[in-house]
Amino acid sequence: MKRPRIDTEAAHRLISRRAAILGGVQLAFVGALGARMQFLQVDQADQFRLLAEENRINIRIIPPARGEIFDRNGIALARNVPSYRIVVVREDAGDVDEVLARLAKIVPLRPEDVDRALAEMKRSAPFLPITFADEVTWDDLSRVSVNAPALPGVTPEVGLTRVYPLGSDYAHVLGYVGPVSDYDLERLEDPDQLLRIPRFQIGKVGVESKAETALRGKGGAKRVEVNATGRVMRELDRREGTAGSDLQLTVDAKLQSYVQARLNGESASAIVMDVTSGDLLAIASAPTFDPNLFVRGISTRDYRALTENKYRPLASKSVQGTYPPGSTFKMITAMAALEEGLIGPDDTVYCPGHLEVAGRKFHCWKRAGHGWVDLQNSLKQSCDVYYYDLALKVGIEKITAMANRFGLGERHDVPMSAVASGLTPTKAWKNRTHGQDWVIGDTVNASIGQGYMLASPLQLAVMAARLASGNAVRPRLIKSVDGIEQPSGAGPSMGMNENNLRKMRRAMFDVVNDRRGTAYGSRIIDDAMRMAGKTGTSQVRNISAAERARGVTRNEDLPWDRRDHALFVNFAPYDNPKYAVAVVVEHGGGGSKAAAPIARDVTLQALFGEDPPVDAYPTKDRSRIREQQRVLRGIQPLANISGKDQA
Amino acid sequence: MSYLEYNAKYVPTGLRKILYVNWPLALLLAAVAGVGFLMLYSVAGGSFTPWAEPQMKRFAVGFALMMMVAMVPSWFWRNMASVAYLASLALLLGVEFFGSVGMGAQRWIDLGFMRLQPSELMKVTLVLMLAAYYDWLPSHRKSRPIWVLLPVILILVPTALVLRQPDLGTSILLLAAGGGLMFLAGVHWAYFAAVFAAGAGLITAVLQSRGADWQLLKDYQFRRIDTFLDPSSDPLGAGYHITQSKIALGSGGWTGRGFMQGTQSRLNFLPEKHTDFIFTTLAEEFGFIGAFSLLALYALIIVFCIASALANKDRFSSLLTLGVALNFFLFFAVNMSMVMGLAPVVGVPLPLVSYGGSAMLVLLLAFGLVQSAHVHRPR
Repeated sequence: MKRPRIDTEAAHRLISRRAAILGGVQLAFVGALGARMQFLQVDQADQFRLLAEENRINIRIIPPARGEIFDRNGIALARNVPSYRIVVVREDAGDVDEVLARLAKIVPLRPEDVDRALAEMKRSAPFLPITFADEVTWDDLSRVSVNAPALPGVTPEVGLTRVYPLGSDYAHVLGYVGPVSDYDLERLEDPDQLLRIPRFQIGKVGVESKAETALRGKGGAKRVEVNATGRVMRELDRREGTAGSDLQLTVDAKLQSYVQARLNGESASAIVMDVTSGDLLAIASAPTFDPNLFVRGISTRDYRALTENKYRPLASKSVQGTYPPGSTFKMITAMAALEEGLIGPDDTVYCPGHLEVAGRKFHCWKRAGHGWVDLQNSLKQSCDVYYYDLALKVGIEKITAMANRFGLGERHDVPMSAVASGLTPTKAWKNRTHGQDWVIGDTVNASIGQGYMLASPLQLAVMAARLASGNAVRPRLIKSVDGIEQPSGAGPSMGMNENNLRKMRRAMFDVVNDRRGTAYGSRIIDDAMRMAGKTGTSQVRNISAAERARGVTRNEDLPWDRRDHALFVNFAPYDNPKYAVAVVVEHGGGGSKAAAPIARDVTLQALFGEDPPVDAYPTKDRSRIREQQRVLRGIQPLANISGKDQA
Repeated sequence: MSYLEYNAKYVPTGLRKILYVNWPLALLLAAVAGVGFLMLYSVAGGSFTPWAEPQMKRFAVGFALMMMVAMVPSWFWRNMASVAYLASLALLLGVEFFGSVGMGAQRWIDLGFMRLQPSELMKVTLVLMLAAYYDWLPSHRKSRPIWVLLPVILILVPTALVLRQPDLGTSILLLAAGGGLMFLAGVHWAYFAAVFAAGAGLITAVLQSRGADWQLLKDYQFRRIDTFLDPSSDPLGAGYHITQSKIALGSGGWTGRGFMQGTQSRLNFLPEKHTDFIFTTLAEEFGFIGAFSLLALYALIIVFCIASALANKDRFSSLLTLGVALNFFLFFAVNMSMVMGLAPVVGVPLPLVSYGGSAMLVLLLAFGLVQSAHVHRPR
């Protein structure tokens, strides 16, 4: 066994010296490492900690539940209902094709959905759920759950979908929701973070859009810890959002349902308004469409069918459509003259069937003329010449001013889309827009609501309500937000001479209830519910002198879109007005024939709160009305709900 | 050349040798390994599997191995030096032909019960070989060119083989450890000056070779150099390692986030969290205090080794001890420099802490040699 050799002193010293040098270098390096540690971990710790948090923490937005919408009695008009979808997680599924094949056997999968989902799956992280079937029925969902062991990675998920239980009845009022588009984002200056969520639903039109802020609520947020690949490891904390506010509309669902059914088959609109509070109880426009189609994403074919329909189902005619008000405007002309004191109610004008103004002949609708007429008779029989005469006395500026006091030419503050302001022309307006001077003939035309004059059904209803109440009542559509009552539409007195108003109302009463009145056929028999109204028939074409000479072509012989608009405004009961109604039937022909019967049915429905007894109608109409009520009940979703079931 | 007589009566024999083991050094090693278990337990998310438990078993085996080596007289190891060196060299050649490819490099041979990295073994046997060589070489010849050339060949052959694998980190370590040992043995400083000058020239050449058809390093190695020089140039690509490593380290602050509270490693922002980058987890969870403590433990191990070497009158023993210490130093210094952004990422584990069988066993084997030298030192 060899023993270690003891080194020479000199050699040992050399090694020791070199060891000291190298040891010193090593310790110096250790010192340098320590200094680096101190630099990174102490001096720069804050900065690195921040970076670490940025690595680690993601903020996820929690979408709030959208506010729901109810009618004035608590009937749901827009709800959020759970919707089920089937998602697949790639890493859990293993063999995706195999799992999909098994899944396809128990639930219907659309090939285009599957292709889209597979493409999405390729792009995204393996742990992200990908939707393979949306809007799955409960039965399909149950089958998936039962077969869960054979379907690894397949999970049912619950989301909320907007549903409009009464569908087409509220298409124009509520509008609909849809996923945020790039266009929506561009329009907003500082879009809510929520809108960045893919396919987040926002209101597109109608109340859904106008009351978007209240309905949407505030998004919550959760901070989650994610790993390097973005997988969520755990939730750190969460701040709940605030659900959107529930809205209660002034609309009466049952009445709305009835009105919509009553307008069925026409291109028409109707409004029922409370004359005191301004509450809009019904805002109907026909034809209509099913907003639920839009929520799910309407097919191109369905959409084209809607846009190509000549009756324009997508247009909300009640607030958006503007029409020459025709004879329904005569109350305004008369009120202008009365308030100015230019005429007395008993002053008479001779109507020979036309009036020549500035070398041009203006015709009365009755070629033979009405003879001597006073205010009451002129309105009752809708004599045009009488109002031509008034217009020449009053002038356009006073007429327009009066129209504006009754809410014409004003964009009423109603949270619906494209609320029209209509048009009440002035001399300055014509000069500005047409570059022409106002001529006296324009005034004559305006006096009977023709020419430049335009009004929407909503404006006509407001006009009728103001005539009935004498107050500057405003329309109100939102009754309460989260149970907080919104300001009423009741307004102060318009400050008009009560005698003049009473005179107008009396004349309107005669229009309906006098044997010679233009709407006598649409009278109400029930004494407590008699209505006062005014017919209107507005031309959409010029009648040439030649045509007039050989006899004006009857409406029935004209193509649909050349026929006159039929209008009717009224309020009831006459003695104690509650509701104002405006009905416009596009190209419906005469107001007395096409619009007044609808207005009467709607008025009675509003007054009774249900189908009125047939003895409110004239005897000869009763069997026909009975049949009409039976037919309409069949197409109203709410016809058989009694008051107790509501809420 | 004069040899002093060796006084055998003070040499411990039999089981009494255990009392003469450098126990502070052994305990320091165990302490460092303990830190390793803790960190492996933590990065596994509070679980002994898959890393902490095998590591503990390996440490137990390695520690026993170290003690066994310590019991064998150091002169036996000196006599076995050339055999061990040649065996390592043969294994290194073996991986050329039978090695498995891991992480883009041929590095280990599957022995069935464990995967052996011959390059790890070579780190010890090279030191052993050189210590024996200078022990054998008469002192006055050590600076003669022919006697300098021989150890240079002994160093360069395995270095070249390791570089071929390719394993840049280990080859640098081999080169540095071999050179360091020659320095310790007392080779004239002019040689080292010449080597440094040549090295500077070589680095220039390597950098110049880039893109040329005689390119000296692989593309990934060049990229690592690039990203080392400017990690922010490619934060999600090659610079990701360094950037994330510094973030994790720096976010530890003074006291750290607490045991098992490290976010960056557990959330996989760190690559190789259980091997090369395990230090970042320690630094994140225990902060500056924890990281500095580990550094201090390492420094103490070096200090104890140097002290043991200086007290040892046997040239082989002191050279061996100093060589092992230098090797150990290079291990942790390169690794720490790497994770702290002071050196390029070259794939050197943190000694006794990083998960890995070969490195741990070989290191404990090396410290077994140090212990043997300590136990059998002339008295």
